[in-house]
Amino acid sequence: MTNISFTVNGQPRTVTVAPWVSLLDALREHLHLTGTKKGCDHGQCGACTVLCEDKRILSCLTLAVMKNGRSITTIEGIADGEKLHPLQQAFIDHDAFQCGYCTPGQLCSAIGMLHEGKARTREEVKELMSGNLCRCGANVGIIDAIMQVKETYSHE
Amino acid sequence: MKPFTLRKPNDIKQALSGKKAGEAYIAGGTNLVDLMKKHIAEPDALLDVTTALSAGIETSSRGIRIGAMVRNSHIASHAAIQSQYPLLAKAILAGASPQIRNMASTAGNLLQRTRCPYFYDITLPCNKRKPGSGCGALEGENRMSAIVGYSEHCVAVHPSDMCVALAALDASVVVSGSGGKSESIPFASFHRLPGTTPEIDNNLPVNALITAVEIPANAFHKHYAYLKVRDRTSYAFALVSVAAALQLSGTKITAARLASGGVAHKPWRWHEAEKFLQGKEATAANFSQAAAIAARSTKPLSHNGYKVTMLQGAIETALHNCLNA
Ligand SMILES: Cc1cc2nc3c(=O)[nH]c(=O)nc-3n(C[C@H](O)[C@H](O)[C@H](O)COP(=O)(O)OP(=O)(O)OC[C@H]3O[C@@H](n4cnc5c(N)ncnc54)[C@H](O)[C@@H]3O)c2cc1C
Ligand code: SF4
Ligand code: FES
Ligand code: FES
Repeated sequence: MTNISFTVNGQPRTVTVAPWVSLLDALREHLHLTGTKKGCDHGQCGACTVLCEDKRILSCLTLAVMKNGRSITTIEGIADGEKLHPLQQAFIDHDAFQCGYCTPGQLCSAIGMLHEGKARTREEVKELMSGNLCRCGANVGIIDAIMQVKETYSHE
Repeated sequence: MKPFTLRKPNDIKQALSGKKAGEAYIAGGTNLVDLMKKHIAEPDALLDVTTALSAGIETSSRGIRIGAMVRNSHIASHAAIQSQYPLLAKAILAGASPQIRNMASTAGNLLQRTRCPYFYDITLPCNKRKPGSGCGALEGENRMSAIVGYSEHCVAVHPSDMCVALAALDASVVVSGSGGKSESIPFASFHRLPGTTPEIDNNLPVNALITAVEIPANAFHKHYAYLKVRDRTSYAFALVSVAAALQLSGTKITAARLASGGVAHKPWRWHEAEKFLQGKEATAANFSQAAAIAARSTKPLSHNGYKVTMLQGAIETALHNCLNA
């Protein structure tokens, strides 16, 4: 077992995990942050997307011990208290989910994408969100929601 | 996963001297962790090389040196890569997903293992995973398999997009062996053909580390294209991919590079087609002829004949796209 200390959603946390525990399982099973979802557990769906220092990564293919000392943001950490993140509000406004299982990963991925600042057109947003699958087919709403927030971001 | 321990060497020396048989290096983990979850890789210990190896990109008049730990996304967005080696950026952005590219390292991309479905299912025969057990794909589900360079022992393809561009650009792989000696392996002789030993993917010496990849300075930054054909528009491995690059003097081709992914056990260069293009006019007829020359050297399996037509079309289109890049 290894002690790891890292920052999760702005708070210092310490967990004791075996080296083979994924960051996804450490978040869900050890820190009880169950917002991050396990879809495939093999890097193929994006449901487990979290941010590591603003960069979107897959927590299912990350060993928790390799994130010692780093800063992780999960879906539980994106709102400002009771105030939703603009993307969360936009997802509600655009019906950007049905079952909601892919939603935490979609939101973290979208935040990472806006931070990268590479996507200009709707086509580019679609391409750069292709690492997040939605089995309910809410993709049109998801892209609509992101496009709306992207507009306000670039007008600021 | 089989239980294992994990250590984190501080530098290359520690990483080399500390590694024992049955242990593995880990970088981004995007391939190795997956293989460990599926019990295809079962190392006793992992050596985390994320600190020991360089994550920097250095440019000089002779070319560019990309540290083994540079993440794929960083290469693709690097200014010098975009201006001088844009083919590489294009190929990287055609691979995996943004999340995976943020994690994946340069070295790990070179060493990623095949996506052959038999390799991935430990209940099925596969010479690459279990030498001597037979090749399930040879007479089985080989829609995704090779059309050139294979043997009866293995018909798998190398899954990387980045490596196709590196092959086209005559890159070399800088490795450090256990004696601490550094050597440079030309890209063309880094990955291997399956022959009778498909369990060995490449010529990286046992226990050696990849420390960097170098690309010599070139003038292929004006006319280039990376075309990837896949089952869906994004986030899928290549059925066939083509990296094409031309140097032109007016409308005359003074140098040509053509490489493909999804067709062989290693990133494949179409040397004969390149030679044909050299000195020719950049016309549709010549592009079509070059594609036919490449296609002629292939030999499809029972379920992948479609790849030959696809390859021929992809080469033609990629060469056309070079003119509009
Ligand atoms: C769902 C999915 C889709 C993908 N799609 C694509 C795609 O379309 N195109 C594409 O090109 N790739 C694709 N990939 C593969 C991805 O690019 C690779 O997994 C990645 O490049 C591997 O890099 P890594 O740093 O994560 O390697 P790791 O998993 O950390 O390591 C891979 C191997 O390299 C060894 N290793 C790592 N660093 C060194 C070193 N410095 N020296 C010696 N050995 C070392 C490890 O021991 C291991 O054997 C996909 C992956 C997934 C999961
Ligand atoms: S093609 Fe290679 S990897 Fe696939 S089953 Fe045959 S031996 Fe295994
Ligand atoms: S759970 Fe991580 S990508 Fe599917
Ligand atoms: S809302 Fe159900 S998977 Fe996306």
